[in-house]
Amino acid sequence: MVAKTVNQRAWFLVLPVLLVVAMNAIIPLMTVVNYSVQDTFSPGVFFFEGTKWYQEVLSSPRFHGALGRQFLFTAIILAIEIPLGVMVALAMPRTGPWVSVCLVLMALPLLIPWNVVGAMWNIFALPDIGLLGFGLNWLGFDYNYTQQPVAAWFTVVLMDVWHWTSLVVLLAYAGLSSIPDAYYQAAKIDGAGRFAVFRYIQLPKMKRVLIIALLLRFMDSFMIYTEPFVLTGGGPGNSTTFLSIDLVKAAIGEFNLGIAAAMSILYFLMTLLVCWVFYTLMMRGEDES
Amino acid sequence: MAKITLDKLAHSYYPNPAEPADYALKSMDYSWDDGGAYALLGPSGCGKTTLLNIISGLLAPSQGRIQFDDTDVTNRSPEQRNIAQVFQFPVIYDTMTVADNLAFPLLNRGVERNEVNKRVQDMLATLELSDKANRRAQGLTADEKQKISLGRGLVRYDVNAILFDEPLTVIDPQMKWQLRTKLKELHQRFKHTMIYVTHDQTEALTFADKVVVMYEGEVVQIGTPEELFERPSHTFVGYFIGSPGMNVLPCKIEGNAAIVDNHRIPLRFYYEPPAGAKLELGVRPEFVRFAKSTEYGVPVSVERVDDVGRHRIAKVHLGKQVLNVLLAEGEPVPSYNIGIVCDPERSSVYANDHRIEGVPVSAGGVA
Repeated sequence: MVAKTVNQRAWFLVLPVLLVVAMNAIIPLMTVVNYSVQDTFSPGVFFFEGTKWYQEVLSSPRFHGALGRQFLFTAIILAIEIPLGVMVALAMPRTGPWVSVCLVLMALPLLIPWNVVGAMWNIFALPDIGLLGFGLNWLGFDYNYTQQPVAAWFTVVLMDVWHWTSLVVLLAYAGLSSIPDAYYQAAKIDGAGRFAVFRYIQLPKMKRVLIIALLLRFMDSFMIYTEPFVLTGGGPGNSTTFLSIDLVKAAIGEFNLGIAAAMSILYFLMTLLVCWVFYTLMMRGEDES
Repeated sequence: MAKITLDKLAHSYYPNPAEPADYALKSMDYSWDDGGAYALLGPSGCGKTTLLNIISGLLAPSQGRIQFDDTDVTNRSPEQRNIAQVFQFPVIYDTMTVADNLAFPLLNRGVERNEVNKRVQDMLATLELSDKANRRAQGLTADEKQKISLGRGLVRYDVNAILFDEPLTVIDPQMKWQLRTKLKELHQRFKHTMIYVTHDQTEALTFADKVVVMYEGEVVQIGTPEELFERPSHTFVGYFIGSPGMNVLPCKIEGNAAIVDNHRIPLRFYYEPPAGAKLELGVRPEFVRFAKSTEYGVPVSVERVDDVGRHRIAKVHLGKQVLNVLLAEGEPVPSYNIGIVCDPERSSVYANDHRIEGVPVSAGGVA
């Protein structure tokens, strides 16, 4: 038997990626972990505080409020965007010149920088000069998103639906396009109605892309910052202050490093946990097929 | 169950077909018997799937009409025509159980639940899937899935016809035999009109009572397997059916003989082919033999002999033409003075690829 040459030099090849990951993920994260368990009064002076910040954050009504608003927002936009995206995808043409027109139109909102989306809607919804705001008031609705929490929510949700439903549409459309014609023909021959075709052919075939859509939309909406920051700045009051907006307020506005770091870690763990749950569900679906 | 009549049926995928080449299906008039087992046989792209989809109603023909018995169904949907169709690749409803898959077409038609259960149980037993009835259809093998596709057609006892579009393509060879036998059995039991599209001659010849051979959008022959073998009415049928295919030799006709490369091959009939037509002599390798030393044979040279299992095939040259000659097992290949004899009873003459009939010698044809 020929002895295998032992060569540890291969580790050097892994070094660059280790360095990159360390610089952009591990070290910053460790800094956050550091801050979350210490208190400081001046540069270079730190006291170990244990879980104090975590306890404080977890028991603060302010965090509960932001967390509650965050889950509510995510739940609302998922409940709207997923079914709406599927419906739009079903209504889109399958063949012909209109396919590319529809796809380009659908892709447009996704190409706009997020802060521009926020700025656009900020102006669009202004009650005195914005088309939407002015139009609603002209129709007799009392609408002013800078003062009414409900109006602010309505605007933020509408903006998100406008911005991101396209992503669901494109994914669902890709799922639909992968269904061979024979399935529709067989369904026709089996006498299946429109709903049965959707329920037994289209929905099962779209399942995987829909899970991906759900996962992406969950993560993005759970971490939403730019658009509501530009549109409402978290107001009026705290009514549209979601987790990341609250986090930035704590970290930069109030310079509460310990609290902000503890919040970051909790925020990170929550996102990770939900993603893990999604991932497990997806993998379970894979096993069956 | 119904007799299917195609009345001047033609189809083109172009909106304004002008030339014959624009037609995927050239105008045809046929009527297919109730309860018959037909196979549509032809190479890829010959229009057989187009024809099948027109019969099932998935495709509307650009010209002509189609009738089931005496009812014009040209503009009716597949449901209204009450036909079943099985596709090349198995179509199953992944999220349903095997039993629910079979029940689906019945429930869609409002068949009563007890009746549905009875038929589904019966079909599961027939397809030998009873042990898998309550599992999800998703993880089954390709042939089990294809059986389910078949079953969804067959549970509907009252269908007018069952159409198969190359249903055994994805099935393993061993399983192909079993499924084909099963189909035959079901045909005998239910007497449905069955139309089976395939490009595999073995499949067509074993399945069908009547084989419909298609070539470039045209039906070139409809006949029993024997007819196709013994009297191919188009050179394509000769080529396509049989292994190896028929020998087709350009020739001239002189009375009751074909002249191939200046050699005279005697025929049974006198022929009067149309002037200017492309003439060919067609004779299957099975009906060509080497001449015995005592008789006259058309002189040929042997290029090689291939052993193909049950028999051997000799490739011989007759002037510039090449022929296959089938040799029985153990039959020697003559080593000198080699000549061949074509069975005049089973030689056909083709003018522009179509078989022409001759006048018997005894009837006093042109001398």
